[in-house]
Amino acid sequence: MRRRIGIDVGGTNTDAVLLEEDAVAAAVKTPTTPDVTAGIIRALATLVERAPAARDAQAAMIGTTHFTNAVVQRRDLGRVAAVRIGLPSGASLPPFVDWPEDLAALVRGEVVMLEGGHEFDGRPLVPFDAKGMRAAARRIREAGIRSVAVAAVFSPLNASCEEEAAAILRDECPDVAVTLSHRLGRIGLLERENAALLNACLIELARTTTRAFSQALRASGIAAPLYLTQNDGTVMLAEVAEAYPVYSFASGPTNSMRGAAFLGKRDEALVIDVGGTTTDIGSLRHGFPREANNVVEIGSVRTLFRMPDLLSLGLGGGTIVSMAGVAPAPSLRIGPASVGYRLTEQALVFGGDVLTVTDVAVAAGLIDLGDRKRVASLPAARVEEALARVRAMIEEGVDRMKTDAGETPLIAVGGGSFLVPPRLAGVSEVLNVPHQAVANAVGAAIAQVSGEVDQIFQDLSRDEAIARARQLATDKAIAAGADRATIDVVEVEDLPLAYLPGNSLRTRVRVVGEIAR
Amino acid sequence: MRPVGADEIESLAIGAWILGTGGGGSPYLALLNMRQLYRQGVVCRLMDASELADDDLVAVVSNMGAPLVGQERLTDPKTMALAVTMMEEYLGRKFRAVMSLEIGGGNSIQPFMAAAMLDLPVIDGDCMGRAFPEAQMTSFAIHDLRMYPLTLADVRDNAVVVARAASWKWMERISRKACVEVGSIASTCKAPRTGKEIKECAILGSTTKAIGIGRAVQAARRAHRDPIDAVLEVEAGIRIFGGKIHDIARRTTEGFLRGTATIEGLDDFRDHDFKLAFQNEFAVGWLDGLPRVMTPDLICVLDTVSGDAIGTETLRYGQRVTVIALPAPPILLTPKGIEHVGPRAFGYDLDFRSVFA
Repeated sequence: MRRRIGIDVGGTNTDAVLLEEDAVAAAVKTPTTPDVTAGIIRALATLVERAPAARDAQAAMIGTTHFTNAVVQRRDLGRVAAVRIGLPSGASLPPFVDWPEDLAALVRGEVVMLEGGHEFDGRPLVPFDAKGMRAAARRIREAGIRSVAVAAVFSPLNASCEEEAAAILRDECPDVAVTLSHRLGRIGLLERENAALLNACLIELARTTTRAFSQALRASGIAAPLYLTQNDGTVMLAEVAEAYPVYSFASGPTNSMRGAAFLGKRDEALVIDVGGTTTDIGSLRHGFPREANNVVEIGSVRTLFRMPDLLSLGLGGGTIVSMAGVAPAPSLRIGPASVGYRLTEQALVFGGDVLTVTDVAVAAGLIDLGDRKRVASLPAARVEEALARVRAMIEEGVDRMKTDAGETPLIAVGGGSFLVPPRLAGVSEVLNVPHQAVANAVGAAIAQVSGEVDQIFQDLSRDEAIARARQLATDKAIAAGADRATIDVVEVEDLPLAYLPGNSLRTRVRVVGEIAR
Repeated sequence: MRPVGADEIESLAIGAWILGTGGGGSPYLALLNMRQLYRQGVVCRLMDASELADDDLVAVVSNMGAPLVGQERLTDPKTMALAVTMMEEYLGRKFRAVMSLEIGGGNSIQPFMAAAMLDLPVIDGDCMGRAFPEAQMTSFAIHDLRMYPLTLADVRDNAVVVARAASWKWMERISRKACVEVGSIASTCKAPRTGKEIKECAILGSTTKAIGIGRAVQAARRAHRDPIDAVLEVEAGIRIFGGKIHDIARRTTEGFLRGTATIEGLDDFRDHDFKLAFQNEFAVGWLDGLPRVMTPDLICVLDTVSGDAIGTETLRYGQRVTVIALPAPPILLTPKGIEHVGPRAFGYDLDFRSVFA
C-alpha cells in the first residue's frame, strides 16, 4: 500500500497526516514549538500512536514557512558574497542596489562585478573574466564568507559563465556554498540575482533546519526519505532542497490549496482558506494554484518567484467585531484586528471579553463552540448585520479572484471555514470537505515532482517551440526524481517578443509527475 | 532653469509610466540609476525651451531595443552619454541641453541619466507627448524636420553613426538593424535639433506634466483617495471603462507586440464589454462593439486599486483595470498629425474622433 506522511510546520500549529493511497488514515494538530523540531517529534509520535502503519510510509513531506519568516524578521541570515557576471553591462546598478538598507547591511559581504555574460540569442556578450573570478574567489576565502550568489547576464539561456564561476569557487574555496541564479529564476537580472542572494543568505539556516527535520523523522522511527515542499506544490528531496530554501517561501498557502483540491476532488475551483486572522483566496488550475505573474516582494526585496496568486483578506475566526457607538446609530466594524491564536482565551464563548467573528457565528448557530449562553444577549439584528458584512467581504474577494464569468465551485478549508456561507454569488457550490483543518499537511503529502523551462525560442513555429520546451521540462522533472510514465503538462504560456528579430517566442512550460519509486 | 529634486524623479517615473499608454517600457531600472546618481550628489536641472537661443543645439535621446533584453542588460548612464558625445564629435559642435524622445515609459528618464553625466540641463518636453512604437510618429516628423544624423552606442564601445537616411522609415530600418546586431539594446541620440526647432516643433512641458501626474497619484495614495480620480482631475481626463480582464491575445508581427484585450464591465459598467487593441501601446478601444476611443487620444490602462499603469506585456486574466483617456498634444490632432499617428497609421480603417471633441 502506498503510504505518505505530510507535515506542515506553521507559525501557530504543526500538523501531520498519514495518507493511505488516496485516503486520510490519521490526522494530528499540535502547537508549533520555538525550536520547531520538538513540535514535529510530538506530532509524529501522536500520528504513529494513532496509526502505527505510519512507520512504513514510503515518503515524508514537510512544508514550512520557516525561511520566509527568517527574512521578514531579519534573523538567522548569513553574510553573502555577490558575484555579478555581465560587465561592461549593468555597471551602474550593482548587486543589492534595490534592497532595503537594513537587510542589505546584514547580508552584504563582498560585491564582485566581472566581465562576461551572454546575449538573448546565446552569443557571448564579452569573454568571461575567469582570471578575475579566481582572484575574487581568493578574496572571498580570505574574508571568511561561507556563501556566494552568482548571477550572469542571460544565464537562463546560457549558464556557462555561472557554471565556470562555480567550478573556480569549488577549486579555490571548496567549503563555500554556491547559489547559481539560473537555477532559481527567469529572465530579469536584478530579480533573479535578488532570489540568488536571498537563497545564499538562508543556506546555512536551511541546512541546519533540514537536518533537524531529518533527525526528528528518524527519532520517530520513520525510515522514509524526507522531501521538502516548494512554492509550486511539488517536492524536492531534503538533501537537494536544503540548497534552495527560497523555493519553499510560499509552500504554506500552496499546500493548503493543493490539499483543498485533493480533499474536494476538484482540479478547477477556487479555494478559500479561513484562518484565525486572515483569509486567503486562490484559484486552482489543473489542481495547482494559479501563479502570480508579477514581481513578488519578500521582506521588501523584489524577486520573480513561482508564487501562488493569492488575495488576502483581514478576516478570520479571531477577527474582532466592534459595535461601538450608541443607538440609534451604533457603528459596526469587522476587523482588521484579530485576537489570533488567543481566540480560546479571549473570545466571549470561551469566557473572554472580546467580541469576535467566531462569537457571532456561534450566536447565529453556524457552529457550536464554547459556551453559547455567553452570546445569547447579542441583538439578533446586529448578528445578522455582522454576518452579512462577512458574506459581502467573501463574495467580493471570490469575485476578484475569478478568471471568467462562469460559476465556479469554491472549496472551503481552514479552522474558520464555518464562516463561508453555503450559497454565494458567482459560485456554483461551496464544498465543505473532511479534514479541512489539516488541508496543508494533506497538500504536502500529495506533492509531486516538477520540471520547468522558461526560454526564448527563435525561428520555430509556436507548436515546435512548445514541444521543445516540453521536452526540456520533462528531462528536468525526471532528473529531479519524477516517474516518466506519470509526467503531465500543467502549464503552457507563450509570449511573442516585440522588437526581437526572427519570430522570437518566450515559452514557459511546467510539467509534474509522481515520485519514482 | 530649475533644479529637479529626487522626489520629482520618483513622481516622473509614475507619471511617465501612465503616459506610456501601455508601452514605452517600465521606468524602474532608469529610476534606480537616478537614485544612485542622486545619492552620489547629482542634481539635474530642468530647462524651459524658451531659455534656448535659436541656434543652440539640443540632443534628443532614447533607449532603443527590446524591453525584455533591457531586463538583463541593465541600462546605464555612461552609454547614454556616449551616444550624445559621439554626436558632438560628429557635428564638431557642443549641445546646450538634452531632451527625451518620448515622455511615455522609461525614455522619460534617459535624458536625465545623460544630463547627469554631461552636466547639461534637460529640456521640459519631448516629441511624442506619450509613447509610440515607430520613429516617424513624432512631432518632428509631422513637421517634416530632417531625420538624420543618428548615433547609436552599445555598452561594449560599439558605435554607429547613421549619416543620412532617405526617409523616417529608412532611418528606422537602418538603425533597427544596427540595434539588433549589438544585442537588441542600444542608446541612441536622434537627429540634433536647434533651439528654434525645439521651440516650434517639440511637445513642450511634457516632463512637468508627467511629474504632476505622478505627484497626484502619490498624494492620493497617501490620503487614501482614489489615485485614478486624481489623474483624471489633474489631466482633465475621462473615465472610459472599468472591469476585469476577460481575455487576452498577443502575437508578434513585424517586430511589434500586437494583440487585443477584452474587459468585462464591473460596477458602473456592469453588463457592458470593452475591447482594446494594441501595437506595443493601446491604439483603439471599442465599447460594446463600437469605437469609443482611439489614438492619438491617450488610452491608459490602470490598476483599479493602486492606480499603477499596466503595460501591454503585463496585462493578464483577472486583473481589475480602469481604462482612462487623456487629451493628446494638439500637434497630434492636426490633419498631418492624424496621418502620422491616427488610427489608420496603425491599420484601423476608422475616421479619428476624439473623446474630448
